[in-house]
Amino acid sequence: MRKNYNLEKRKYVIGAFITIIAAIFIVRLFDLQIHDSTYKQSADSNAFLKKTVYPSRGLIYDRDSTLVVYNQPAYDVMLIPRDVQEFDTLDFCQTLNITRDQLLRRLADMRDKRLNPGYSSYTPQRLIAQLSSEDYGRLQEKLYRFPGFFIQKRILRQYAYPTGANILGNIREVNSTDIERDPYYAAGDYTGDLGVEKSYEQYLRGEKGVEILIRDARGRIQGRYENGARDMEAISGRDLYLSIDVKLQQYAESLMSGKRGAVVAIEPATGEILCMVSSPTYDPRLLVGRQRGANYRKLTQDPAVPLFDRALMAAYPPGSTFKPTQGLIFLQEGIINLQTAYPCSHGYINGGLRVGCHAHGSPLPLKPALQTSCNAYFCWGFKYMIDKRSKYGSSANAFEIWKNHLVSMGYGYKLGVDLPSESRGFIPNAKFYDRFYSEGHWSANTIISVSIGQGEILATPLQIANLSATIANRGWFVTPHIVRSIQDTVMPSELLQQRHPTIDAHWYDDVAEGMRMAVTGGTCRRAAIPGIEVCGKTGTAQNPHGKDHSAFMGFAPYQEPKIAVAAYIENGGWGATFGVPIGSLVMEKYLTGTIAPERKGMEQQIMAMNIFYDPPRKKSAKSGQQADSTKNKGKKGQKGSEAKADTVKISYSRAALGTQRLASEVGDIVGKAFNAAGETDKDE
Amino acid sequence: MIQQRNNGASILRNIDWITVLLYLLMVAAGVVSIYAASYDFDQANMFSADEFSGKQVRWIGLSFLLGLVLLLIDSRMYETYAFPIYVVVLILLLITPFVAHDIKGSKSWISFGSMSLQPAEFAKFATALALAKLFSGYHFVLNAKFSNYVRAIMIIVLPIVLILAQNETGSALTFMALFFVLYREGMSGLVLFAALFSVVIFVVAVKFTDTCILGIPSGEFAIMVMIVLILIAMSFIYDKHLTVTRNLILGFAAVAAGMVVLGICGLDSAGMPTLLGSIIVACLYIAVEAIRLRRRKLFIATATGLLSVGFMFSVNVAFNYLQPHQQQRVLVAMGIVEDLRGAGYNVNQSKIAIGSGGFWGKGFLNGTQTKLKYVPEQHTDFIFCTIGEEEGFAGAMAVTLMFLILILRIISLAERQPTTFGRVYAYCVASYLIFHFCINIGMVIGLCPVIGIPLPFFSYGGSSLWGFTILLFILLKIDAGRKSVRR
Repeated sequence: MRKNYNLEKRKYVIGAFITIIAAIFIVRLFDLQIHDSTYKQSADSNAFLKKTVYPSRGLIYDRDSTLVVYNQPAYDVMLIPRDVQEFDTLDFCQTLNITRDQLLRRLADMRDKRLNPGYSSYTPQRLIAQLSSEDYGRLQEKLYRFPGFFIQKRILRQYAYPTGANILGNIREVNSTDIERDPYYAAGDYTGDLGVEKSYEQYLRGEKGVEILIRDARGRIQGRYENGARDMEAISGRDLYLSIDVKLQQYAESLMSGKRGAVVAIEPATGEILCMVSSPTYDPRLLVGRQRGANYRKLTQDPAVPLFDRALMAAYPPGSTFKPTQGLIFLQEGIINLQTAYPCSHGYINGGLRVGCHAHGSPLPLKPALQTSCNAYFCWGFKYMIDKRSKYGSSANAFEIWKNHLVSMGYGYKLGVDLPSESRGFIPNAKFYDRFYSEGHWSANTIISVSIGQGEILATPLQIANLSATIANRGWFVTPHIVRSIQDTVMPSELLQQRHPTIDAHWYDDVAEGMRMAVTGGTCRRAAIPGIEVCGKTGTAQNPHGKDHSAFMGFAPYQEPKIAVAAYIENGGWGATFGVPIGSLVMEKYLTGTIAPERKGMEQQIMAMNIFYDPPRKKSAKSGQQADSTKNKGKKGQKGSEAKADTVKISYSRAALGTQRLASEVGDIVGKAFNAAGETDKDE
Repeated sequence: MIQQRNNGASILRNIDWITVLLYLLMVAAGVVSIYAASYDFDQANMFSADEFSGKQVRWIGLSFLLGLVLLLIDSRMYETYAFPIYVVVLILLLITPFVAHDIKGSKSWISFGSMSLQPAEFAKFATALALAKLFSGYHFVLNAKFSNYVRAIMIIVLPIVLILAQNETGSALTFMALFFVLYREGMSGLVLFAALFSVVIFVVAVKFTDTCILGIPSGEFAIMVMIVLILIAMSFIYDKHLTVTRNLILGFAAVAAGMVVLGICGLDSAGMPTLLGSIIVACLYIAVEAIRLRRRKLFIATATGLLSVGFMFSVNVAFNYLQPHQQQRVLVAMGIVEDLRGAGYNVNQSKIAIGSGGFWGKGFLNGTQTKLKYVPEQHTDFIFCTIGEEEGFAGAMAVTLMFLILILRIISLAERQPTTFGRVYAYCVASYLIFHFCINIGMVIGLCPVIGIPLPFFSYGGSSLWGFTILLFILLKIDAGRKSVRR
C-alpha cells in the first residue's frame, strides 16, 4: 500500500468545493429569508386561494344550426374547513332545506379520506352539489353569516329537444379511473358520457383556468395575486355542428314509439348521418342535475335497455337486406351475369336441403330476383361460388374471397363512426367453419343461410344503412359520421374520404335498378312516395326471440340520391309491415318536408302501433339479436302474399345436426369467433 | 489479516460515532419535517400509519435493522462480492422498466405487495463497491493506462444508461458525481473544471439574455468576466513569477476603465469588441510569455480562454438556430425558464415559502405556505422548503451545516482508510451526498435547474432512505475494521 501524497492534497480541493457551495447556500438563504423582504411580504401571513375557473362547455347544434344542447349554470356549496367558524347550523339547514343529520353526514363524508382522497382543511371542499336556483338565491343572501363557505358556479347541460339521447349523450362527474387515465381531470370535474359528449369530449370540454387570490390571516380575500399575472383564463370548449336533422330525428323517434329497433338515415354523398334512432329512447333531460343518479339507475334497470344504442351496438341478422351484397359479389366474381337465371320451385332444393321461398315466376335473372326477393336465386349463386373449386381451389378459399368483399362493404368490422361503442357485427371467416365442421368438411349447402343474411351473419342498422348509401352512390361510401364540423377545427380526414368496396362501380347500377323494381312492382311497394323514385329492399329476419324482425333499407331519389335509410324493428314481422313504411316515411319527410295526403293514413297507423314484448328480454337485447340457423320449421303464413315474400323457410335434413350444434354454441363462441376472424383480419 | 474476535464489541468501540450521530439527527429531523409538510389540523398523530410521517417512521425502523445487519457482516465480504452485487443490481435495473408501473412517465418502481422500491437507489452503493473494487486491484493506478479510465467510466456509465431507460433523468445524473472520485484518484482537475465551467457557460449564456451591460447581454458579460478572472488565476498557478499575472491585471484594469468611459459616452456598441478583443489579446500575450519563459503549462490558460469564448458563442449560435418553441422546450426542460404551469411556478412558490420563514421561522406546524400544497412534492423533493418556512434561516442553515459536516467527516474518514478500497468507497459516498445536497437545495432555493432528486435522509421515501443508509453503514463497517487491516 503506497500513498500518493500529491493526490491526497486533493481532499482539500473537494472539501473547499463543498464548503464554498454550502457558503453560497447560506448566503442565498440569508438573502431570501432575512435580507429580501419581498418574499416575506408576499407570504407573511397571507395565503393563496387557488380557484378553479370552469370553462363553458362547447354547444351542440344540428345541421340547420338549431341549438340542441346548451349550458345552464348550477351552484355547488363549497367550504374551506380551516376557515369555517362556528355557525348557526339550524339556519343553514333551513336555508338549504336539509336536516341537521344530512348536514353532519355530508361533513363526515367530506372529511373521510377514503371517500374524498383529496381532502385538505386548507383547500376548497365541496359540501353540496348542484343547488336549485331557489336554494342558491336564499343561500347567497345569507352567505355572510357562514364564513368559510362560498358558492362555486358550475356548468350543467340542458337539451332543447327531448330527443336524440343516444346521439347526444350527457355529462357525468369523473370517477377515479378517468382521473388516472387523463391527468387533466380533477375530482368534481365533469366529463362526457355516451354519444358525442363522450367521443368529442376533447373538443367540448375546453380548458380549465385558475384564479390565484390572496387571503389574509382570517381567510378574507384581499385581491388577486400579482394582479392576476399568474392567473390562467378558462378556454371555452368548441361548438359542435351535428349532421343530424333534429326535426327528422324527432319524427323518426315518433314513428318508432312503442317499437324496439333502430332507424338510421345517411346523406350518401357525404356519409353524414341525418337521423339515428334507437328505440326505446329516453329524454336526455333525465340525466341532468341532481336526479341523474336515480334516473340513470332506473334506465339501466329497464328491461328494454334504453341506454343500449341499437343503431350502433345491436347486431341483428340483416335478412334479405343482405341480398344486394350477394348479387354484387356474384357479379364481380363472374359467377353470374345479368342474364343468368336460376330456378325457384318454391325454394332452393339441393342435396336434400330445402330453403323455402314464395310463389313468383321461375327461373329468374338477378334484377327480378331482387325485385321479388327470391331466396333460391341467392342460394344458387352462393352455391355456385363457394363450390367452384375450379376457380378457387376449395370452399374455404372461395368463402374467404366472399368474406373479404363483404368486409370491404363495411360489414364485419366497425365502420368507424364518430360515436363510442360501435359494434362490429359479425361475418364469419373460413376458419370459423373449420372449427365446427373440421377442415374441408363443409360446403355451400352447409352454410347456405348466410347467403340470405341469416345464419351467423350479424349486422348493425348502421352497417345496413351504409350499404344503402353505397348503392345510392353506385359504389363508394364515406364513413358514416355524426359531426359535420367543429368550431375552429379541421375535421379528421378519415371522416371525409371516399371508401371503395372491392366491387366494380358499374355493377351497382344493376343492383340499384333491382331495388327500384322492388318498389315499383315487388316486395316494397308501400315504400313508393308520390313524385319521388324510391329504391328499396325489404328484410324479414328469423331470430330465436319470437316473431321475425322487420327490416328495410332504401334510398331516394333513384338518380342523385339525397337520403339512404335503414329501418329495423325487432319482432315486427314482415319487412313490409313496419320496416317499409317507417323507412319510406323518414325519406319522404326529409325530401319533401311533409307527408303526402294519401300516405297520412299509413303514418297514423304506424305511429299508433305498439309491439308487445315479453318482459324478460334484457339479456337478448344486450347481447344483440343473435342469428339462429336452426329454425327447422318455417313460418306459417299465406304463400304468395307480398308481405311475406321474404319469409325464409329453411329445412335441413343432412346438415341439420351439425348446424344445430353450431347454433347452440354460437352464443358461447361469438367472442372466440371474433378472435378467429381477427387472425385473418387484424383490426382490433 | 487478523481475524476479529468479539465482533459486536469491537464495532461499538471502533464505529465512527460522529457519523452515526449526524445520521440519527438528520433522519429524526426528516420525520418531523415530513409530518409538518403533510400536516392537516384534524390529522392523526405523527406515527399514524396513514400519514407520510408514520410510514417514514416504519421505513426508518427497517433502515436501522438494515444498518445493524450491514454492521454485522464481515467487511471483507463487501470487497469480495463487489462485482457480483454490481451485476445483480444491473440486471435488476435492466428488468425494472418491463415490470414497473408507469408513475408520472417514469418506469422505475417495482412493487412488492404494498411496498414499492426504486432499484436506482440501490445501484448507488453497488456502483460504489464496484468502483472501489476496481481501484483496489493490484497495482491499479488510474493514470497508468488509458484503459483504466475506460473501465472506471464503464462502471459509472452502465447504471446511468439503464436508469435513463426508466425515464429517471434525475437519478441517472447522480452517478456523474462519481467523477469526483476519479479526480481524487488522479484524473486531471482540468477535466472536472472544464465540465463544470461549460455547464456554467451554457446555463448563464442561455439564461441571462434579456438585460444588457454595456451593450453586451448580461449572461455573456458575466461569462467573459469569469474568463478574465480564470486567466489571471491560471497565470498565477502555472507561473509563480508574478510578472504575467501583474501585467494581465493591469491590462484588464485599463480595459475596464476604458469600458466605463465608453459606457459614459454612450458608445455601447463598442463594448463587445473591446472586451472580446482584450480577452483574445490576453490569451495571445500568455502564449507569447509561455514561449518566452518556457512555461508550457501557460498554454493551458491560453487554450482555456479561447475555447471558453468559442464555446460561449457557439452555444448562442446553436441556440438561436433553433425555432422559438424548441428553444422554449430546452429552457423549460433545463428549468431555466419559469414555466408558469410547471416547475418555475413551484420554485417561485418554494422561494416564497422559504423567504417567509425569516430568521427563526414560523414555528413547527405553523407554516402556511407549504400547507397550501402549492409546492408539489413538498414531503419529498421540496422538503427543504418546509424546513425553511417553519424553522427559518436558523433551521435551514443548521441543515446545510449538518450536511457540510457530514460530507467533510466522510472525506476525512476516506483519507484515514488504509486500503484503496475503503478510500475509494468512502469518496463515492461523499460524492453522492455532495451531488444530492447541491442539486436538491440549489433547486429549492432557485439556484439550479429543477432536477427531481431527494434530499438524503430528509425526503420522504423508503428507497432513497434505504439507499443512503446502505451506503453509509457499509462505509461505517469498513471504517470500523480499518485497524485490523495489516499495513
